[in-house]
Amino acid sequence: MGAVHDHDPHRAAPARGRALRLGIGGPVGSGKTALTAALCRTLRDELELAVVTNDIYTTEDADFLRREAVLPDDRIAAVRTGACPHTAIRDDISANLDAVEALEARHGRLDLIIVESGGDNLTALFSRGLADRQIFVLDVAGGDDVPRKGGLGVAAADLLVINKTDLAPLVGSDLDMMGRDAARVRDGRPVAFTSLRERPSAPEVAAWVRAVLREAHEEAHEEAHQEVHDEAHRDAASRAHAPTA
Amino acid sequence: MPSPSALPAHLLLLADSRLPAGGHAHSGGLEPAVAAGAVTDVASLAAFLRGRLATAGLVAAALAAASCHHATTRADVGEGHTTPGDAGPDGWGLLDAEADARTPSPAQRSASRAQGRSLLRVARATWPHPSLDALAAGAAGHGPHHPLVIGAATAAMGGTAAQAAAVTAYGTVTGAASAAVRLLGLDPLSVNRALGTLAARIDAVAADAAARADGPWAGLPALTAPQLDLYAETHRKAELRLFES
Ligand SMILES: Nc1nc2c(ncn2[C@@H]2O[C@H](COP(=O)(O)OP(=O)(O)OP(=O)(O)O)[C@@H](O)[C@H]2O)c(=O)[nH]1
Ligand SMILES: [Mg+2]
Repeated sequence: MGAVHDHDPHRAAPARGRALRLGIGGPVGSGKTALTAALCRTLRDELELAVVTNDIYTTEDADFLRREAVLPDDRIAAVRTGACPHTAIRDDISANLDAVEALEARHGRLDLIIVESGGDNLTALFSRGLADRQIFVLDVAGGDDVPRKGGLGVAAADLLVINKTDLAPLVGSDLDMMGRDAARVRDGRPVAFTSLRERPSAPEVAAWVRAVLREAHEEAHEEAHQEVHDEAHRDAASRAHAPTA
Repeated sequence: MPSPSALPAHLLLLADSRLPAGGHAHSGGLEPAVAAGAVTDVASLAAFLRGRLATAGLVAAALAAASCHHATTRADVGEGHTTPGDAGPDGWGLLDAEADARTPSPAQRSASRAQGRSLLRVARATWPHPSLDALAAGAAGHGPHHPLVIGAATAAMGGTAAQAAAVTAYGTVTGAASAAVRLLGLDPLSVNRALGTLAARIDAVAADAAARADGPWAGLPALTAPQLDLYAETHRKAELRLFES
């Protein structure tokens, strides 16, 4: 109501009063679950967290996260995607919305809900109806020409993570070239190089998540402020026009 | 808003498999039938679909027709009616209990409610109507049964009980057929031909269901398919599965 809603149509600020939803997508085996686990371990003491995994065949990823006890079991939900991982995060997000809403109903106010997509191809992208921000995870072993091939995930994700840098010397991947190729299609959006083997707490990505949350809070705050401001204006205006008794 | 069209676009939207209502994650009992070796090719798929249509299909279509009739007549009376007994807003709880009674497998009940919840979400966004609100209020937490939502959504767009039955009967076979294409790699043209061969039966089941729309709910068809019920239960416990149901 009167608030500035369309400053950037591609960056929906989370609705006030609900958790920020962070999508994590990327090809099979690139390290999405490892990154999810790392973020949970690093952020769980400072944030109210929950996770939704999208598993293609089993509940493997949810089971892994529970086994690793990165969060209490009831903060981890698994969604089955009917042979179509990208449909569940893009074209028909209802099962994921259901899981997200169930987590919020169970735990009350959460700060961050991570939705891990099933491993998919380079065109997969989270719907803005499901994720407020999204990370796309590649790994250096999947071929150092992948950033050049582009695709929606590489080009448009809010953060591109290039993982498993520890393997680069072993598979002969050129990290500098990957960074340059990514920058060319990403229009200034950030790229982070990680090795979850060597730095299991994913400090670079955790720092980005903290910044995103700060920014979202500021936006929500500004919006609330703007609404109060508008209301005061309306009140003043109606007082000015009110017939004097 | 009665539509002059023979095939109203609102109805086409409701019947479209691209409707974002979570259907893509369900196989209509086909995945466990494949796992059990009961469906292996187009011929056995056609037999499976005939059986499903004649049993679960008729029951669901009749519930949808009754729901559409109920929503239409309630809307005429005005919203906010309470029926005697604890039937929830507008008596939807009674019809929901009739659906429960006709769905012996707990796995199928929860699959029906999950799809009902998802369809309700998109239906309320697209065709706002007091009956959809009443359904949502009456089934807080677990969600209403799927055919009830199809019926109420059809009423919300000004459709008839016969149309609700047709959409439902059609959906009980198309979802399973597309799951078969994904699970068995069947030739999609042959599968579509099998569906075409079923068309007259789908219409007949829909007509049969629609004829009972304004009868007493206790007299709605209560056919069961015990093998499908058993499949649904084993499926829920299966380690490897692509589809939720
Ligand atoms: N060497 C190395 N291995 C890693 C790194 N990060 C993850 N892995 C390993 O890569 C494998 C796949 O990691 P996951 O986190 O399961 O990958 P994923 O993207 O979630 O996989 P799917 O969900 O199946 O698509 C696991 O064996 C991880 O231990 C890393 O930085 N370096
Ligand atoms: Mg994973």
